[in-house]
Amino acid sequence: MNNTVFINIFRFLLLILAQVLIFNNLNFMGFINPMVYVIFFYWYPIKANRALFMVIAFFLGFIIDIFSDTMALNTLASLTVAYARPVLMRFCFGVNYEFQNFSFKNTTNIQRVTLLGLMILIHHLIFFSLEILSIAHILLILKKVFATGIVTLVLCTLFSSLFSPKTE
Amino acid sequence: MQRIINFILRNRNAFLYGFLAFISLVMTIRSHSYHQSKFFNSSKWLSGSIYGTGADISSYFGLREENNRLLEENKQLRRLLFNRDDDSLPVLDSTLVNYEVLSAKLVKNSYTSPRNYLTIDKGKLDGVQQDMGVITTMGILGIVENVSKHYATVQSVLNTKSNINAKIKNTEYFGSLIWDGSDYTVAQLIDIPRLVPLVVGDTIVTGGMSSIFPENIPIGIIKKYDLNASRSFYNIDVELFNDMANLKNVYLIENKDRNEIKTLEAITTNE
Repeated sequence: MNNTVFINIFRFLLLILAQVLIFNNLNFMGFINPMVYVIFFYWYPIKANRALFMVIAFFLGFIIDIFSDTMALNTLASLTVAYARPVLMRFCFGVNYEFQNFSFKNTTNIQRVTLLGLMILIHHLIFFSLEILSIAHILLILKKVFATGIVTLVLCTLFSSLFSPKTE
Repeated sequence: MQRIINFILRNRNAFLYGFLAFISLVMTIRSHSYHQSKFFNSSKWLSGSIYGTGADISSYFGLREENNRLLEENKQLRRLLFNRDDDSLPVLDSTLVNYEVLSAKLVKNSYTSPRNYLTIDKGKLDGVQQDMGVITTMGILGIVENVSKHYATVQSVLNTKSNINAKIKNTEYFGSLIWDGSDYTVAQLIDIPRLVPLVVGDTIVTGGMSSIFPENIPIGIIKKYDLNASRSFYNIDVELFNDMANLKNVYLIENKDRNEIKTLEAITTNE
């Protein structure tokens, strides 16, 4: 138990540093800054207190907002991802997810990538539409959502297979 | 009453979500209509010093390029100095100096979002104040927005809230420099009347109307222009001289007369 808490605090700090020092400066193709910290919500233990999870998501987003001067855009986006995670999991893993002994080990790769992709899609949609906040720029919003989303998804998939958590 | 409490308890996660989302929405919308938050920005000591450490490490990789740039600037300044008409040295009486210049290093750059803020490694203790102008060797960069003890955030010209007085070089036709958020190499100059003769390639410089920037600081050149919807003013695309993606050393300009000008203007509009 303590081990899980420790690992999550470690991930929390490390993902913030990686996000603000590396990925926010990537500027791939001039505008793509992947938001890899979304993988925190994928790694977070499944059988956890939902309220606590949302509060943690709130602070994770908030700290990244302070660093990148984006007010509360990351906060709102990651809060929503945290709130929607159980629904997304039921959608991706079906009723299996309800069982006690459910873990990521007995799911297929496709299911896991779908979950990750949906989380990233929700996060980026909220982030970019609130950042630009104008219907006239809907094409710009969609371009940013999909370009950044695909890069984020690729990086997150790589991370999740590189550092696959053993505790879950 | 029991039912209401039960209802709230049953949906406590939804309520918590609503509450937290409300907080963040309020903060976001406030920052859309007003300035960057005074309390939560990257000039604070923790974020500032983490960025400072990051910049310390990464600055080693650009030393050669940065040296060349400074040499180039020194060369230009020396050329100016040697070609002065009169050989008298400039008078450096502090009561006559209008603009004070400070130097700083950028610790965080950003140009992909519609509202870009930069962070520099000088703060209140180094004499940085809100509303100082920020430039580089190449041209204009932005305006200081928030100041902490050791760091400050700068509202970049690449910010949809930015609005800077600019004019066409060697004329007195002035307009406002804004940014539409799409391309980080191009800003927009609006409110230039249609009777003004324009040529692609003309230089745009800062105008003298603002108390932030001195006159004639280079901004960029005209890339293309057309008339706006009412067909009485030009919308001009200005290609910026600064490569906004590649910045390191910046200069801050303080206008000594700014307070006097501001007070005078405040009195005038009150009457």
